[in-house]
Order: sequence, then C-alpha cells, then structure tokens
Amino acid sequence: MGDSQYSFSLTTFSPSGKLVQIEHALTAVGSGQTSLGIKAANGVVIATEKKLPSILVDETSVQKIQLMTTNIGVVYSGMGPDSRVLVRKSRKQAQQYYRLYKEPIPVTQLVRETAAVMQEFTQSGGVRPFGVSLLVAGYDDNGPQLYQVDPSGSYFAWKASAMGKNVSNAKTFLEKRYTDDMELDDAVHTAILTLKEGFEGQISGKNIEIGIIGADRKFRVLTPAEIDDYLAEVE
Amino acid sequence: MSIFEYNGSALVAMVGKNCFAIASDRRLGVQLQTIATDFQRIFKIHDKLYIGLSGLATDVQTLYQRLAFRHKLYQLREERDMKPETFASLVSALLYEKRFGPYFCQPVIAGLGDDNVPFICTMDCLGAKELAKDFVVSGTASESLYGACESMYKPNMEPEELFETISQALLSSIDRDCLSGWGGHVFVVTPTEVQERTLKGRMD
Repeated sequence: MGDSQYSFSLTTFSPSGKLVQIEHALTAVGSGQTSLGIKAANGVVIATEKKLPSILVDETSVQKIQLMTTNIGVVYSGMGPDSRVLVRKSRKQAQQYYRLYKEPIPVTQLVRETAAVMQEFTQSGGVRPFGVSLLVAGYDDNGPQLYQVDPSGSYFAWKASAMGKNVSNAKTFLEKRYTDDMELDDAVHTAILTLKEGFEGQISGKNIEIGIIGADRKFRVLTPAEIDDYLAEVE
Repeated sequence: MSIFEYNGSALVAMVGKNCFAIASDRRLGVQLQTIATDFQRIFKIHDKLYIGLSGLATDVQTLYQRLAFRHKLYQLREERDMKPETFASLVSALLYEKRFGPYFCQPVIAGLGDDNVPFICTMDCLGAKELAKDFVVSGTASESLYGACESMYKPNMEPEELFETISQALLSSIDRDCLSGWGGHVFVVTPTEVQERTLKGRMD
C-alpha cells in the first residue's frame, strides 16, 4: 500500500470545486517573463522579454520564440523546459497532419491539439500540469490568427493579448492602443511600446524577442539588428 | 485470374467546363456468373465530391465505410468539407497503411474544389496517385475505356455533352468486357446541381 494511495492524479478537486494544481500552474505563468501578441490586419506579431539570469550567459543561445510549422510560431510565459515538451509534441502533430492530408495544418487545429495535450496533463496520473501559457501566431486560409493556450487546456482567440509579469498593465496598454485596421509594422511598434512599459532596464535587440508572420505565411524571428531598427523607429 | 477481376467492374470519370462526370457499370459477378445487376460502386462524400471504387466488391464496401467515417470526423473537427486534393491524399494514406495486405480496389476520385475547379484522379491499390486533366479510368474494362475515352473526349464540354460522352464511352467499353455490364450509373456534377442517371445497355 503506502505509495499507491498517492499514485493517482495530483490534480484532484478540492472540496470547493477548484483544481489547485492548475491555479498554481497559472501562478507560475503569472510570475514568468512578459510575452504578448497582436493580430494586425495583414499579419501577427508576438514578442517577449528575454531576461537572462546573469550577464555571463550567451544571449544568442536563448530562443524563446519558436516555429511549430513554417506558418505558425509560438512564444511562452512560464517554465521554459515545459514549453519545449509542448513545442515538440505540436511539431510532431503538425507533421502527422501534413503526412495524412498533404496540406499544412490549420492554426485552429494545431492549437486544439496542443490544448488537448495540456488538458491531458491535468487529468493523468503521475504527471503535473504544464507551467506555461502559450501565444500561438499563425496565418492560414482563414487569415492571421492569434491564440492563447493555458495550462488548464482552455484556449482563446485574441486580437491582442499578454501574459506573464505585468499582464494587467500590458493588457490595459494594448486595449488603449489596439485598432482593427493596424498594419503589421504598426503592430510591431505597439508590441515594443507595450514591452517597454513594464521593462526594467534598457530595452535592446538583445533582451527582447520578436516574431512576425505576414501575408507571405512565413513565420520569422527577427534578428537583434532588425529589432534595433524597429527600436530606433519607436524612439 | 487476379482478385481485382473477381467481381468485374468499369469505372470512369471525366472533366468538363466547371463540372465533372463519374460513371460505372452496375454488375456484380462472381467470375462469369452474374449475382446482382444493381451494384453501387460510386459513392458521395459530400455535395461536390464523389469516389468510385473498382475491384473486389467486399473491399469496395469496407473501404467506403472507412472513408465516409474519416470524412465525417473531419467535418466535425474542422467544420468544413474536404477539398478533393485533401481527400485524395487521405485515401492514398489509408491505402498505403495496408501496403502488405492491400484493399483490392482501384479508386477514382472526382470533385469540385475551391472556385469550382474540377479535380479528378485515380490511384492503384497501394495509394500511388495519378492525376489527370481530362479523364481517368479503372476496373476490368479499363483498357477498352482508355480507347473509348481517348477517341470521344474533348476539353471544356458542357454538362449535357459531358453526360452523352461519358455514357457512350462507358456503354461501348462494357460491351467489350465480359466481367462488367448491365447498364450504367452516371453522375454529372456542376456547381449548382447533381444529375444522377441510370443507363440501360445490353442487359445480358
């Protein structure tokens, strides 16, 4: 006996009807680095701050924005290692879809699959929920799309969203700045300004990351030099 | 004798101007003995997508059931109908899954895609796709169908002419094949309507 009593799912309902493990996971996200995304008329931008624990870390080795397929990119807030598991599973899912239908996976489908994995980890034995929220940016036949996926496995489509530290400030800022007819370049500027709001220290191409996707349906992470150009335009 | 010729079949699809037609014979035989004269081997996947399956009748029905099932799940999941190209890839993948114990079928897929561009294709029992711009054939009467289609087909036919052409090609081909016959079944699909007709030929 002994062990077996504790071998079922860690996420068990509390008497008040909450799943505290999921709430703790959301806390982990809330204390993570700020990420945000903005859907423009002709594309999507996602951005995140890239604070490193020490100046001795080689910042070129850290990539927080990643590609799930050529036309879908993702950024996380929360625990980096957890996000890698999700990205790996999602990439595989996308390739399986492509192998079956010879057609790139639609953004909604990939988001649903990713969310399904996150839900599974709130209900399975021997695992814990993911300590990350994801912002998924993609462009397909249905146009530009931005999704947020939470540790509970719920997902939402956004015009603009933020997560991590300073969520509420960032969201208020985005609410003020957002317009439906925004172009991709304006969206990048807004993203930078929003990040700047809650940024401690001097913002530069080396301590933030920006990913964009436009009507060419190629998701691309901007280089530090390109970010510096945008920063110069903002100032 | 090959297992593909056990029940006998004739299957053809043709492209017209913003439309397509798909036709088959109606015979189900066991070698030279006729068992049924109203056999269905063309199936509707959705309003603008049809699949015909030639070959072994039991596999025709099983494969259709699997494809209908997969398409219904796709519709529920993605809230849209499959494009003909996508459906062809699905059929191909399902067939290749059974690489070493295949379904003894040779499918013909015909549909209208985005902007009602017609699409036709066929594949072998392992799922190797063969795309065509004009017509595709399969079944025990395929050799005679090739000849008939090659001499009768012209590009950009209107639905009525397309019906006439595909029917003549089918009927003249199954008269040259002992294993297919008993009239035909023709579907002519345009962006706005589907005409389904049953043909009488040499009913012997």
